[in-house]
Amino acid sequence: MKWEMAAPRDKYAETLISLAKEGKDIVVLDADLSSSTRTARFGKEFPERFFNAGIAEQNMMGVAAGLATTGKTVFASTFAVFATGRAYDQIRQSVAHPRLNVKIVATHAGITVGGDGASHQIIEDIALMTALPGMTVISPVDIHETEKAVRELADMDGPAYMRLSRSAMPVVTDENAPFEIGKGSVLRKGDDVSIIATGIMVSRAIEAAEELKEKGISASVVNISTIKPIDRPLIVSEAKRTGAVVTAEEHNVIGGLGYAVASVISEEYPVPVKMVGIEDTFGESGSPGELLEKYGLTAAHIMVAAEDALRMKR
Amino acid sequence: MKNYTDETVRMIAEKARIMRRDIVQMIYTAGSGHPGGSLSATDIIASLYFHVMRHRPQEPNWPDRDRFVLSKGHAAPALYAALAESGYFPVEELLNLRKIGHMLQGHPSMKTTPGVDMSTGSLGQGLSAAIGMALAGRMDRKDYMVYAILGDGEIEEGQIWEAAMFAAHYKVDNLVAFLDKNGLQIDGPTDAVMCSEPLADKWIAFGWHVIEIDGHDIPQILDAIAEAKAIKEKPVMIIAHTVKGKGVSFMENVVGFHGKAPNDEQYRQAIREIGLGEIGVMK
Repeated sequence: MKWEMAAPRDKYAETLISLAKEGKDIVVLDADLSSSTRTARFGKEFPERFFNAGIAEQNMMGVAAGLATTGKTVFASTFAVFATGRAYDQIRQSVAHPRLNVKIVATHAGITVGGDGASHQIIEDIALMTALPGMTVISPVDIHETEKAVRELADMDGPAYMRLSRSAMPVVTDENAPFEIGKGSVLRKGDDVSIIATGIMVSRAIEAAEELKEKGISASVVNISTIKPIDRPLIVSEAKRTGAVVTAEEHNVIGGLGYAVASVISEEYPVPVKMVGIEDTFGESGSPGELLEKYGLTAAHIMVAAEDALRMKR
Repeated sequence: MKNYTDETVRMIAEKARIMRRDIVQMIYTAGSGHPGGSLSATDIIASLYFHVMRHRPQEPNWPDRDRFVLSKGHAAPALYAALAESGYFPVEELLNLRKIGHMLQGHPSMKTTPGVDMSTGSLGQGLSAAIGMALAGRMDRKDYMVYAILGDGEIEEGQIWEAAMFAAHYKVDNLVAFLDKNGLQIDGPTDAVMCSEPLADKWIAFGWHVIEIDGHDIPQILDAIAEAKAIKEKPVMIIAHTVKGKGVSFMENVVGFHGKAPNDEQYRQAIREIGLGEIGVMK
């Protein structure tokens, strides 16, 4: 399929600038990656609302927390690996436990970071962040959801983590489509199997659904952009309608979307669940396309999983 | 120029004495806690809460208040004593320290305790938060000050030095930090466990204005704060030489009282030494 491609990180910075222009009391922090996360663009427009913390993510999270105690909404950005890994305890102690209004918006999540290799390709950020009590975790599917999510984050009270890709992402939603934190959306309605995906894997799920149709299999495609709190009613309704579920994510199969979906299904309406994701291994250098292929994150992998799930269906 | 009277000094000293009684009694009642580092920071905290800081115990979230961050969060009993004696909550609440369902957590928690400006406990993090509060004050053109207390063991954490660089880089001058230099950490003397000397030189090299004082001498504490507030374009570190366990003879300079409650006999002796009776049973 031919997709229109656009970079969520560009949209992130653009939305921050709009919010500040609209008079929102936001502050943006970065840790020497502002040209990559695009927050430098915000810093150029609103220098008094932007602080570069240097290569010091732990302090950045603490400063963000301190700013937030005074009523400001703080956006803290860096690469996902440093945001959630390097500064995990700062997020836990200084942001999540006191439930402060810090929005961690990290770019370069997952293996599509590409050439920088395993040191920079975090595949466990969703696991780390969803495990924190009270942390909202968002993984937008494209630029439109990125914009809407940033706007909702600015209005929402409490801590949140949002992961974005380095790469441009296929635009799969409509600019005017409704968006709400905590709500997934059905992009294709099918009867035989439900493919529940997040982030870059949603477009691949749509491709897989198209190909499954050729084989006479009717597949739903569900976009889950809020990993936590997860849309339980939507997942349960899919399980009830199709009776077979596939999850797909650019994340370790352990502790990500697949685990969240499987836990809802096993508790509320048990049906087979097959997970497409990175099979508990670190990545390596390569082009994003090569990496997605090698680590099992393609439409073809989703199709295989869908057929497996169908076979397991009773 | 002295901006306080001898009467003020006597008042603060008396408050510090009451706080020491509170600290000993609440930790004894809880059966666990950190007396040593609470007692070493008591005179500084008493000076802040009972004379220096602009705050409203009846309106804990007053936006214009001065802020206080106990970066060495294990000294929570000292902060709780100051808050209770200031009127943020009843003094009797101190006896529910560390008890399930009550507001006084083992380490400060801003969501459960009125008057606690920042949750701390994992060492090395409070200074960063204090800097964030100070930046916000500057952005909002508010004239509040932010005070923080760090431990001399705590500064072994790398984040402290990230924060030190940041504060100097952004010329954060509405922040005054204290280093409670009591010389002891859990595993022994700080110089033996992880020597951080020369301390003053380090902070100066990081771009801070440094003042050294006796952290139990109230006029020195007040003078240092006055000097610190007058320093512009630089953060200030007041290195306070203190005695761990100060005010209870058998706890002074004894590393074992870092994180241990007194037993029955020790408790009775400590209360006798302080000479103010007990909470609920005043002398």
